[in-house]
Amino acid sequence: MEHINTSRRSFIKAGSLTGVGLMVGLNTFAREKNPKKISHTNPKSAVFDLEINPFIIISTDGSIALINPRPDMGQGSTQAAPSLIAEELEVSLDKVKLIQSGGQEKYGSQQSGGSSTVRGLWNSLRKAGAAAKEMLIETAAKRWNASIADCYAQDGKIYLKNSDKSFTYGELVDDASKLQVPRNPKLKDPKDFKILGKYNKRLDVPERVTGKAVYGIDIEVPNMVYACMQHSPAIHGKIVSIDDSEALKVKGVLQVIKTKRPMPHRGADAVAVIATNWWAALKGRKALKVTWDNGDLAKTMSTDNYFTATYEAAKKEGIRYEEKGDFNAKFANAKQKLEVNYETPFLAHAPIEPECAVVHVKDDGTAEVWAHVQGPDGGLADVSRALGISKDKIKFNVPLLGGSFGRKAYHDYLNETCLLAKELKKPVKMIWTREDDITQGPYRPGMLSHMQGFVDNGKITGFHHHAIGESIVGQVFGGLAPDESDPWLSGEISTENSKYEFPVSKISWTNVKTEIPIVWWRSVYASNFGWGQECFIDELAQLAGKDPLQARLDLVKDARYRKVLETVAEKANWKEKLGAGQGKGIAVFASFGSISACCITVSKDGAGVKIDKVVSVLDCGYYVNPDHVKAQTEGNIVMGITAAIKGGITFTNGVCDQTNFHQYNVMRLNEAPKMEIHIIDSGENPGGVGEPGLPPIAPALGNAIFAATGKRIRKLPFDITNLG
Amino acid sequence: MAIFNLTVNGKKTKVDVEPDMPLLWVVRDFVGLKGTKFGCGMAQCGACTVHVNGEATRSCQIPVSSLPKNAKITTIEGIGETQLHAVQQAWIDEQVPQCGYCQSGQIMSAVALLKSNPNPTDADIDTYMSGNLCRCGTYDRIRKGIHRAAESLKK
Repeated sequence: MEHINTSRRSFIKAGSLTGVGLMVGLNTFAREKNPKKISHTNPKSAVFDLEINPFIIISTDGSIALINPRPDMGQGSTQAAPSLIAEELEVSLDKVKLIQSGGQEKYGSQQSGGSSTVRGLWNSLRKAGAAAKEMLIETAAKRWNASIADCYAQDGKIYLKNSDKSFTYGELVDDASKLQVPRNPKLKDPKDFKILGKYNKRLDVPERVTGKAVYGIDIEVPNMVYACMQHSPAIHGKIVSIDDSEALKVKGVLQVIKTKRPMPHRGADAVAVIATNWWAALKGRKALKVTWDNGDLAKTMSTDNYFTATYEAAKKEGIRYEEKGDFNAKFANAKQKLEVNYETPFLAHAPIEPECAVVHVKDDGTAEVWAHVQGPDGGLADVSRALGISKDKIKFNVPLLGGSFGRKAYHDYLNETCLLAKELKKPVKMIWTREDDITQGPYRPGMLSHMQGFVDNGKITGFHHHAIGESIVGQVFGGLAPDESDPWLSGEISTENSKYEFPVSKISWTNVKTEIPIVWWRSVYASNFGWGQECFIDELAQLAGKDPLQARLDLVKDARYRKVLETVAEKANWKEKLGAGQGKGIAVFASFGSISACCITVSKDGAGVKIDKVVSVLDCGYYVNPDHVKAQTEGNIVMGITAAIKGGITFTNGVCDQTNFHQYNVMRLNEAPKMEIHIIDSGENPGGVGEPGLPPIAPALGNAIFAATGKRIRKLPFDITNLG
Repeated sequence: MAIFNLTVNGKKTKVDVEPDMPLLWVVRDFVGLKGTKFGCGMAQCGACTVHVNGEATRSCQIPVSSLPKNAKITTIEGIGETQLHAVQQAWIDEQVPQCGYCQSGQIMSAVALLKSNPNPTDADIDTYMSGNLCRCGTYDRIRKGIHRAAESLKK
């Protein structure tokens, strides 16, 4: 391979900030013709860092750094992604340094989203580790004049069998890095895994319990100023006038800037108050007098109007997504049939850490960013566009995310900070208030599921799910033609995904538009449509006189689905005799490559019910850490029940009715039910973990309430303490 | 602006800030201890919980000028300086945090709970901890963590 021109010795002496590296593609492992010099990870150390491939940096002093290409928002990617490399490289995670990627192209997609970290990187990161291991073994074998078969890697060293000889990786890396990177390194047999699939404590938990973990909001840069935003109460209102005379009198306030909040699909007017500290900026914002022209927003931004339109749409034929048989004709002639609507509300993500960012546009034409985004690759592209500075002149740092649930993959707040930084020419830290977070969106869209179905001879024979509402593909990306059904239904309610083999079925779609900004929220549309699908299956089962579990098993041949259903039934003791006023509800839903089922037991309690127990089962194929899987599923239970029984987001006369946690309620500890999680070790390809546990929660609860009380709830959210 | 003499985690410190500035922002941006978090600004989420004279307090609601005289302020950085507090250790053992953002506040509340009630029942925990939100949904583990810490404090 090509080398730096200086000898290594003079290189070290010079204390240069660059090293030499092998730049290889994530999937091809093909070597570039002209390897680029890479940044030294530690400018002060006199060691030679070699980038064996983009994800592994081994220093001649033996230290090893692994790159985590997926930001951590609590889902555990700081353990999951490096574990994939470490397993094959034969190093233990407590002996390596982790570096969060900053958007550079060589790391490929860096978006933590779609429950994709493990399932997306399962092969590529393992290959990265295995390729590096093979290069180190080959180097050691040459030095010992031994055969490769007689050498093996263990705990950061290469050993020669039947001898006491060994080399640390650091001793080998200089020569190893000159070798061709193997294209198809041999991956370990899963039965030999030492890390993957095993319980391991997350190494970053200690910093998260001592206040040392650095989140986006904790970034501090010398000479930084602070910004607090005034957004339009009606989100898209236009500024008529700004009276900043009182704001400028607040001690610490430096200036007031008329600016924009750039959302992916449109920009909104905004005002920024800049101050020497954030509290002063907030006080300045409260003293601002801004007059807004809200146009027709009072009429167009109303959740009542929106839902009225969705119920109207339910009366009409939608755009067909898929159909088996002539559903309408069969439905018209069916003797035993049902037609109902299921509603889900708009929801805020409400991560406890609000949206914030630090951006510094420097005099030399470069910029540095510290932003807790879900995907630094997309973040870098957005910053480059907003600042008009090429990506190679921007350093993008990703601190930890204090929760996200999809929110911090929408970069309006980051773009907003960029616009301020461009104007201020000094580092600016912008923090949204909780009120900004709750009232400004984007939100999970509210949706309607118009359901039709029929039964024959004790069997569910016809099923139609008409999904109605605003499209994320359409609004956020402008990517939905008027005659097109939302393509994202494929991974949500298509029968290919649900595996329900109805004799006659139809999936259709109607786009009802709204100006309320929307975006993905944990499990995306599955969080909406799981409610309609799984409650309606229960309604049809009842019409057919069938046990809800049996009705599902009658419709599904897929072995994995059946196993998930049978497991949840067994673990939740589905067939046990229940006391008076008790009921169990079951639901199953597949999303992001995994299958999850849930069984909830409730008891009558006054005018409502209380949740006695939640049992969730997940088949996510291979996984990294069973404790991650459990933790994520626990989180999905809490978030799924919150979405069902706590208030949603509503807009009246163009303005969000909720402003903070006193009105946008989320589940508290005293309301958290007993829960039990079971993982099915199917040995299948890895599926998602962060989201798939959520969709079955609400319908399992609705079905349990029906079983206990005979009341069928079709509209979320509802008051669990008073079912009316 | 006005000078305030504060005792934070046993150390005396002077800050020059507006009297109405909440303790939260004083601690974070003037004392430089970032472990205490901003979540809602209206005592709804508990992310900003610190101890003032040993009492769990929502620091976003206490202007620095209304602190009791010679108040002893303890933040997450001050409870396990030489050795992890039993609650912090229990949080590691139970792998409680997901994103961890709310956990400084959760831990400060849990420490205060165990001080006043060394042997809390599930019901005691539910009541005491209901002021601290966790959006990741770690509640089941928080309960287990508090019971574990209570056991270890008895030893």
